[in-house]
Amino acid sequence: MKSGRFWAWVTFILGAAYFFIPLIATVEFSMRMRRGTYSFDAYKVVLGDDRFQATFGYSVIVAVFTILLGVLIVVPTAYWIRLRMPHLRPVVEFITLLPLIIPAIVIVFGYIRMYGSNSPLPFLGSTRGTDALLIIGYAMLALPLMYRAVDTGLRTIDVRTLTEAAQILGAGWATIIGRIILPNVLIAVLSGAFLTFAIVIGEFTMASLLNRPAFGPYLQNIGANRAYEPAALAIIAFAITWGCMSVIQVLSRFAPKSANHRN
Amino acid sequence: MSDLSLTNPAVAGKTAPPAGARGFRLPTQWLGVAPFFIFALMFLILPTGYLIVGAFQNDAGEYTLENIVALSQPSILAAYWISIKVSLASALIGAFAGLAIAIAIVRGGLPNWVRATTLTFSGVASNFAGVPLAFAFLATLGRLGLVTVILNTVFGVNLYAHGFNILSFWGLTLTYIYFQIPLMVVIITPAIDGIKREWGEAAATLGATQSQYWRMVVIPVLWPSFLGTVILLFANAFGAIATAYALTGSSLNIVPILLYAQIRGDVLHNPHLGYALAFGMIFITGLANIFYIWFRTRSERWLT
Repeated sequence: MKSGRFWAWVTFILGAAYFFIPLIATVEFSMRMRRGTYSFDAYKVVLGDDRFQATFGYSVIVAVFTILLGVLIVVPTAYWIRLRMPHLRPVVEFITLLPLIIPAIVIVFGYIRMYGSNSPLPFLGSTRGTDALLIIGYAMLALPLMYRAVDTGLRTIDVRTLTEAAQILGAGWATIIGRIILPNVLIAVLSGAFLTFAIVIGEFTMASLLNRPAFGPYLQNIGANRAYEPAALAIIAFAITWGCMSVIQVLSRFAPKSANHRN
Repeated sequence: MSDLSLTNPAVAGKTAPPAGARGFRLPTQWLGVAPFFIFALMFLILPTGYLIVGAFQNDAGEYTLENIVALSQPSILAAYWISIKVSLASALIGAFAGLAIAIAIVRGGLPNWVRATTLTFSGVASNFAGVPLAFAFLATLGRLGLVTVILNTVFGVNLYAHGFNILSFWGLTLTYIYFQIPLMVVIITPAIDGIKREWGEAAATLGATQSQYWRMVVIPVLWPSFLGTVILLFANAFGAIATAYALTGSSLNIVPILLYAQIRGDVLHNPHLGYALAFGMIFITGLANIFYIWFRTRSERWLT
């Protein structure tokens, strides 16, 4: 048992080294901008860059709309499957896994060919339409995560009893979903939302191929043209991802463990 | 969701008050899932189907296998080969390293904070991919990266003189395992938790040695989810483009980068060959994921 613990420590420390050395190296690199001394110049340059602010702002807005679209699609579907159509669960779960099978670049390739300005649904004919298509594409990428998060949340509440109680009190479907189900799975929805945010904020492929001024293509552009700023941006991106995951962790503490099981 | 409110609560079958009118049940029920299916059809299945059909057509719209055959030209074949190599290597290394870390934190008798910190960090690192990850590795193992410089000045080892290059197969693999290992940890830890202590006690009661317990209980229970996750990691790396593109530009010719160039500027001079390229990607990740789903259903029988 003692040697087991020794090897566990060795494994853990080796793993920690692999994961921390790049972070340390990136922090160090990002501070090398001023010759001979460490400084935060690279961060100042990056944060002061108009294009940084513009593209970051754009991506935040796109992320928010992606989350809204994802919630609108996933919550009613997951609820309905649980309540009424459990036999459809395998089909729906399979579809929600498809975005893991079909790479993002292929999905967006399909959009470009199908929704061009000469097509019956010319999403790509206008800027707003392209934005909409980008949001739809992101919602698709986030679908596997969002669906699983919401479905796990639904598992912890008694959907059937809540629905019956609401119906007896005269609630319609919109009320049931909006005012009963959604608040009960809010924690799960928010977890899915922050995960979506973490993925969408720096996404490169779709934004770049749809020619939208998002944060991901901006990052790539800086990477191709600058020396120290990319390292600073990597640290900023890591901090954003870390922030999203921390929020999810904090949220999960508030999640009801299970309302179904009476312990 | 106005379609949902159209559904009459009175027809709600078992859950509704017993006055349900059974005749309307089927059509109205489907309204609840219609938005999802329409969304999936329009923005996932049809666009992908469009490319797949296009892969089997020529410019005149006739059905043909020419495009699929054309995939076997050396440059495209080389791109698939390097993509498969990088994905497989990063999936296998990531899986074994991730498994070792997961076993260490669950069964290694380490303090509790180690487990909690590792899981939190894994959640972050598994999502830290794309362009910023490439920047981090350029700052670490690029020509001026910290590790390269320290190895050179302190230990006198010049990585680049020894043929290492961050813009190469090993460079890309080493970068990919930064998100592969944590993903493995995140997925496999619950599976290891699922190995109940009682099984070990039961095995011990029946006189099994520690190695018998591992060989005959732990590994058979764990391996479907392990293998399944390897496949998921493979697909995960195979479809990734941003990291590779930011790291190597277009100097490392993996399939997603080739497809990216094709979408931007028809570098293959044949749109239908582009569709075939996309079809090939779906085919490979699809095949991998069919195995994944199969293995997962096998492993979940034990672990729930």
